Amino acid sequence: MSSFWSGWVLVLTLACLALVVFVLFSTWKVQRKDTTEDTVGHEFDGITEYDNPMPMWWIGLFLGTLIFGAVYLVLYPGIWPGKFDGILGWSSTGELKADQEKHARQYQPIFEQYAATSIEELQENPKALAMGKRIFLNNCALCHGSDAGGAFGFPQLTDHDWLWGGSPDEIKMSVLNGRNGQMPAWGPVLGDKGVRDVASYVRSMSGLDVKADQSALDNGKALYATTCAVCHGNEGKGNKMFGAPNLTDDTWLYGNSQTLVEYTIRKGRNGVMPPWNEVLGPEKVHLVSAYVYSLSQEEKAAE
Amino acid sequence: MLNHEIFEKNIGLMVVGVIFAISFGGLVEIVPLFNLKETTEPVEGLKPYTALELEGRDVYIKEGCVGCHSQMIRPLRAEVERYGHYSVAGESVYDYPFLWGSKRTGPDLARVGQRYSDEWHRAHLINPRDVVPASIMPAYPHLSENLIDSSVTPKKLQALKTLGVPYTEEQIASASSDVQGKTEMDALIAYLQGLGTALTQKR
Repeated sequence: MSSFWSGWVLVLTLACLALVVFVLFSTWKVQRKDTTEDTVGHEFDGITEYDNPMPMWWIGLFLGTLIFGAVYLVLYPGIWPGKFDGILGWSSTGELKADQEKHARQYQPIFEQYAATSIEELQENPKALAMGKRIFLNNCALCHGSDAGGAFGFPQLTDHDWLWGGSPDEIKMSVLNGRNGQMPAWGPVLGDKGVRDVASYVRSMSGLDVKADQSALDNGKALYATTCAVCHGNEGKGNKMFGAPNLTDDTWLYGNSQTLVEYTIRKGRNGVMPPWNEVLGPEKVHLVSAYVYSLSQEEKAAE
Repeated sequence: MLNHEIFEKNIGLMVVGVIFAISFGGLVEIVPLFNLKETTEPVEGLKPYTALELEGRDVYIKEGCVGCHSQMIRPLRAEVERYGHYSVAGESVYDYPFLWGSKRTGPDLARVGQRYSDEWHRAHLINPRDVVPASIMPAYPHLSENLIDSSVTPKKLQALKTLGVPYTEEQIASASSDVQGKTEMDALIAYLQGLGTALTQKR
């Protein structure tokens, strides 16, 4: 803040305080000492006002407020910005920094200890997994659901079906840097019949009941081999290099009805997992990855 | 002690006196802010809203999002941990009016940009319960059907330019075509995905 505006604040604040003190004391000095039956002279709708002195409790409150203000302006920044910041040296960002440091002193060693432990080993540590779960609920549950059960377009994390790989390292990479699964729109290339036939063929790969004749399926298969197989593989097993889903299982991120599969082929899909490194930092990413990894491990153990 | 009658019986004098008495607060707390670098200069990297983002901002205003969502992260540990770096004045210099809000029925949105995918926002705006089962936010499916009126977009940019937002002539000239055929949903998502991204230090 420039000297001019600092001085502006200082002068106006002092002037305001002085004015208030002046008004109080000048009024206090000239008022009568005792209560009286006299009125101040005006009458509105038959209501008049006694010319009594100001009550002492009220003057006390007024003086108390003035003293509080003066003490506050000595302790905290305000009266002369940039030149005098109060004898306590308080600032909102300073308080934030102190709080963060206090928090870090308490928790940073725990985070660092967990960060130095492998995700496999953390599976044995219920406390670490509980911390991971809290991070998950605050950040990941919006898309993946609080039970990690996923939603339409957002992968379920408790099955063993992974678009980008389910090893601890692969999960951690997905969380750290994000993922972008892009399925191009094939509608303009394949045409209406092509889309319909490919959808029928794709659905038949996972054994779904398909209402299409053999020639349509053959046509779909031929088109699949030239357009889809590059990412999804000849067998339709998918490819985690591109996050291309396995088409032969019963996991369908965007629905398995004929209509939805056709829609996906025609318009394409663009699944985005945002990167969390900058938001959470590497230690928390490690912890939440350990929790996500544990979700599919527990089920494996129960099986 | 009857001379306060001078004020009490002259309404004009009373008005002047009241204005004088209450002007101190504004003169001390508001006027200097119009002249401070911290409040009048944009933070490094801050860009004016694109035409689509600006239309999205108007959708945000029209739908009353500000009634439930603030855009003001206070410098408190819990908030910084949850939302990211606290808001600074220089981030809002191109906002006319600013949408800091004062009510948080839903979460703060000051740094929601790039946190979730476009598809998440689309699903969430069409029906919040589809992705957040316990959400009490209203659904906004109509946004997908309403098209942006591209004929007024250049005027909006022009108006902001007169207020000091540094739009170029090219931006104003292409504003209509930039939002042509876009829905209010597209615009709102573009706006949301840009929120708070000027400050790269997120933690």
